[in-house]
Amino acid sequence: MSRELFVLTYGALVAQLCKDYEKDEDVNKYLDRMGYGIGIRLIEDFLARSAVRKCHSYSEIADMIAQVAFKMYLGITPSVTCINKRGNKFSLILNKNPLVDFVEELPAGRSSLCYCNLLCGVIRGALEMINLAAEVTFIQDRLKGDDVTEIGITFLRKLEDKKCKKK
Amino acid sequence: MFGMLFSIRSFVAKMSPVDMRDGFLCFQTSKYKLHYYETPTGLRFVLTTDLGVGSARDALQHLYSNIYVGLGVKNPLCPLGEPVQSELFRSRLDAFVRALPF
Repeated sequence: MSRELFVLTYGALVAQLCKDYEKDEDVNKYLDRMGYGIGIRLIEDFLARSAVRKCHSYSEIADMIAQVAFKMYLGITPSVTCINKRGNKFSLILNKNPLVDFVEELPAGRSSLCYCNLLCGVIRGALEMINLAAEVTFIQDRLKGDDVTEIGITFLRKLEDKKCKKK
Repeated sequence: MFGMLFSIRSFVAKMSPVDMRDGFLCFQTSKYKLHYYETPTGLRFVLTTDLGVGSARDALQHLYSNIYVGLGVKNPLCPLGEPVQSELFRSRLDAFVRALPF
């Protein structure tokens, strides 16, 4: 599939949400929710295609997200750093972001819009399916005038194993 | 069956002296062999075969990647966590199992 088609489709999605909702917070929330719905399924595709081994630390998981998952789906490799002593908060710095290929700046009156908030939902949904609760947000965003685009992942806790999924 | 598999899996995990890599793979009785494959997302695949069969892990992995992910997960109209209703899934699964060399 053409990359342009994907990027334009995403842009059309955000534009439509902006028409549907006045507040930036609502658009961000729905982007996150959509991302969540994608993430809970995408994780299965990721596990099936990458055949990764079990991770034993949050740091390994963060590396896996940046170096394998982002590479597989968006063709980019964000750099990862741990930003707290406890070892559960990580920052992913995106040097390139294909989703904003055709976007120069946020529209007027939309200064709080997190254009790529879908990505946060995707990561959150995917982690939840492997029993990890996490908070994922944009710490910095080039579209908002920051120097870099930075996604923060905070691993909160391990979730209880879900009840039977019979096959 | 779920209770039995869950118990065996926990037992294997606890018994393993080093960090468990693949975990519980299969068990056999005098009548049949049961192969087990679990994904990190908690999906469990069970295949019962004749005693003469070796390892079915690759088959189960193929089943997961191609049939379940390809037809179940990627289909947005297929709800997760519920029994799969898709006819296409059933027929592909049936064809796959029949085509297995054992």
